[in-house]
Amino acid sequence: MSVLARVWDSDVAYSFRRSPVAMISAFVLLLLLVSALFSRWIAPFNPFDLASLNLMDSLKPPVFMPDGEAAHALGTDDQGRDVLSGIMYGMRISVIVGASAVLFAVIVGVTVGLVAGYAGGLVDAVLMRVTDVQLSFPAILIALLVDGVVSAVLPRDMHEALTIYVLIFAIGISFWPQFARTVRGSTLVERSKEYVMAARVIGLSPARIMVTHILPNVMGPVLVIGTLTLGLAILSEATLSFLGVGLPPTQPSVGTLIRIGNDFLFSGEWWITIFPGISLVLMVLSINLLGDWLRDALNPRLR
Amino acid sequence: MALLEVTDLTVEFPTRRGVLRALDGVSLSIAAGEVLGVVGESGAGKSLTGAAIIGLLEPPGRISAGQVRLEGERIDGLPDSRMRQIRGKRIGAIFQDPLTTLNPLYTVGHQLVETMQAHLGLRASEARARAVDWLEQVGIPAAAARIDSYPHQFSGGMRQRVVIALALCAEPQLVIADEPTTALDVSIQAQIITLLKRLTREHGTAVMLVTHDMGVIAETADRVAVMYAGRIIEVGPVRDVVKHPAHPYTEGLMGSIPSLSARVGRLQQIDGAMPRLTSIPPGCPYNPRCPKVFDRCRVERPGLLPAGATQAACWLHADAAREVAHA
Amino acid sequence: MFAFIVSRVLQAIPVLLVVGLIAFAMFAFVGDPVTIMLGQDYTEAKRDALVAQLGLDQPFFVQYAKFMWNAAHGNFGISYRLARPVMDLIAERLPATLELAGVAASLALLIGVPMGVYTGLRRTAASARAFMIFSLVGVSLPTFLIGILLILVFSVLLRWLPSFGRGDVVNLGHWTTGFLTVSGLKALVLPAVTLCLFQLTLIMRLVRAEMLEVLRSDYVKFARARGLSRRAINFGHALRNTLVPVITIAGLQIGGIIAFSIVTETVFQWPGMGLLFVQSVRVADIPVMAAYLMLISVLFVLINLIVDLLYYAVDPRLRMSRPGAAR
Repeated sequence: MSVLARVWDSDVAYSFRRSPVAMISAFVLLLLLVSALFSRWIAPFNPFDLASLNLMDSLKPPVFMPDGEAAHALGTDDQGRDVLSGIMYGMRISVIVGASAVLFAVIVGVTVGLVAGYAGGLVDAVLMRVTDVQLSFPAILIALLVDGVVSAVLPRDMHEALTIYVLIFAIGISFWPQFARTVRGSTLVERSKEYVMAARVIGLSPARIMVTHILPNVMGPVLVIGTLTLGLAILSEATLSFLGVGLPPTQPSVGTLIRIGNDFLFSGEWWITIFPGISLVLMVLSINLLGDWLRDALNPRLR
Repeated sequence: MALLEVTDLTVEFPTRRGVLRALDGVSLSIAAGEVLGVVGESGAGKSLTGAAIIGLLEPPGRISAGQVRLEGERIDGLPDSRMRQIRGKRIGAIFQDPLTTLNPLYTVGHQLVETMQAHLGLRASEARARAVDWLEQVGIPAAAARIDSYPHQFSGGMRQRVVIALALCAEPQLVIADEPTTALDVSIQAQIITLLKRLTREHGTAVMLVTHDMGVIAETADRVAVMYAGRIIEVGPVRDVVKHPAHPYTEGLMGSIPSLSARVGRLQQIDGAMPRLTSIPPGCPYNPRCPKVFDRCRVERPGLLPAGATQAACWLHADAAREVAHA
Repeated sequence: MFAFIVSRVLQAIPVLLVVGLIAFAMFAFVGDPVTIMLGQDYTEAKRDALVAQLGLDQPFFVQYAKFMWNAAHGNFGISYRLARPVMDLIAERLPATLELAGVAASLALLIGVPMGVYTGLRRTAASARAFMIFSLVGVSLPTFLIGILLILVFSVLLRWLPSFGRGDVVNLGHWTTGFLTVSGLKALVLPAVTLCLFQLTLIMRLVRAEMLEVLRSDYVKFARARGLSRRAINFGHALRNTLVPVITIAGLQIGGIIAFSIVTETVFQWPGMGLLFVQSVRVADIPVMAAYLMLISVLFVLINLIVDLLYYAVDPRLRMSRPGAAR
């Protein structure tokens, strides 16, 4: 059977085909991702090209309300920026930050977990103590702290350019312990198995054993946790931006947009904050649904 | 009339690859006070039979055909509320791993008392006194003190004794013992089996003893049923099945038990493996591995046929004209 | 048990020391406090005097020790932003945060646990499915968005509840409470609901998952095999065993509420420690950040200790003081 046919016929793919929730979430997610990543070409306007903004367009309501225009389907904000385009550009940044942060957390966490589980002894004890301590603090607090400190350290003029990297670092740091814990547990289990002992007898170096033998076997749970963490990372970034310590209005993520729009809630222009909010929820919800489905599909006991 | 009669029991599991038949036309009967051993390899369906009898099949498994009768009344297909009155009081169960079978958060006394109160309507003080008595019967020293101990404070063998007490304390007529000694040290196994045998004899309880250990069966059972691929392929009095097995599979089983006295160059084994439930061959399920196979075996499935002192599902005994209805 | 507490406290000390080190190190990163405090023009002499006064010419670890000593006495220095002692600021804001967190935590537990048990027991009922969807959405909605939505509905559209501030508060010595006035209680509603939602859904899913796991366990199977009533099984065995691990995790989660209040307080302009913290992060007001970090660590250590004690009290397996079992 060809690779594609085998994948299609596998238990995981079967479970996917059978679950309308998984398929719909995947579709929605795909839609959001495509519109986000290709925003520069798809979005009707570029809301951050200052030259193209027209104050006459400001505070227009969405198309289904009186005074709405088809050109600005979801309305505009106080500077005439199109909300729909803002959402697309914003989501692009949100996704990039979230995905990069998770990648960072995975790399750090898996490495720590592998080393701790394989080495054992004092190394394991120390690493796990650090992990446990960090785990007892909520991620958002860690992210806030790291962001605050790093931003304070960097010279002011470099701030704007580096904000994204600082955010990725801060959020990534706040999530690595969960991966480390899980991978360490799996590594401990795998370490005592015979194929590892065989590899050691042959004389392979520990690094080689960890990467080529143990790593593939512990990736399963990492995948599930990674998906769920992606949703959390995107939410973290949105929260940080909302609090004012994330992305600035010149390069806004969805969280920044919500913060900007919040000021207009009481004066009646609800669309500036609500639509970005909806897009954020849709994205995270579909990621969570897919993550839930993935966890059930990969759980051998539920099959 | 037999205490328990199982007729043509079929248990199916709908899966995405089609319907799996885990038990296919299993028939057996147990008389009051009798010990019936059920023996076979892992996966042959022994535990499932027990689970089906007391109505504890894990969904999506279900009984798709056949009957289970307790003292003449049908009990398969009863709603859970009715089955609850039967379980514990008329049919008890002993499972394999005493560590996970006992709730770690409750004392053994509490678990005994709750069982007895559920079925015997005793006052708390009476139930407690009886609980101490049961612990003594199963051989726990200093029972009056140990009654307030937690399961983790007992050793494995002691825990299984507690489980036996729990299974018997509501005075059931039948106990289904599913691999009661498999999880225990070899040195303890004999003690537990002896205990089980003695207690059930004293209280007149019948036992369905499920195990893969032929030695235990030979010691304890009156009759034995051999299962293979979800069916019973031989049944009869223990001594006869062990000494003069009528089915080639049973022969193979007996032959593969190593003997301390004989000088053997190689251990005997049965080639091949029991078929997976998804690929049971037509005709007799044993035919691919049978050293005495012939054409009819590959085509027609044999029922239990009389074969001397036992009954075997094998065409070698087709000379006896009648098919026997039960084991 | 005393030894248990002592050992736990001893384990916590290095943690506090390390966190303190991190908190102290933050000062080192952020600019020169001397410059900040002296402004633009200063003489060398003035600078040297200030440096000596602040002890900035001492070696790193001496400064660290001094910092920890001060911290242990509640002296965290002066806020760069507000030019007031940090401890005063925190003491002012503490009641607001604690009241909010207390109400939110109670809500999360009182609603989350029963809902989790219900959806665990009734897996397929429509209402259970609805709760599950609700919980999923709850985990996907960021707290600040929930706050905004609630404000939109209840403050802007319906005008039932206020959208910022604490309302009128009553001064009780060191504590200010919003519980005793109508406006105080009204102001508490939206923030408390916002804050509790995330924890509530987390707890609900946790309890449900644990419940399902327990219902599949061997001891529940054995309880069913003993014919215990559904009530005895679900509430006596399953619930009890579910709650034990839930205690730990729920306890830690609740501890997180204090930190999560950061976001809620910002949305509702609730004058608590969280808002103070956010405002300090925005302008790199390190003394406040450091103080907050230390306080939160102490709080977490305390909560961990309480949870450990609870666990100890509830799970008999941890109380290994009784003599071992006889073989």
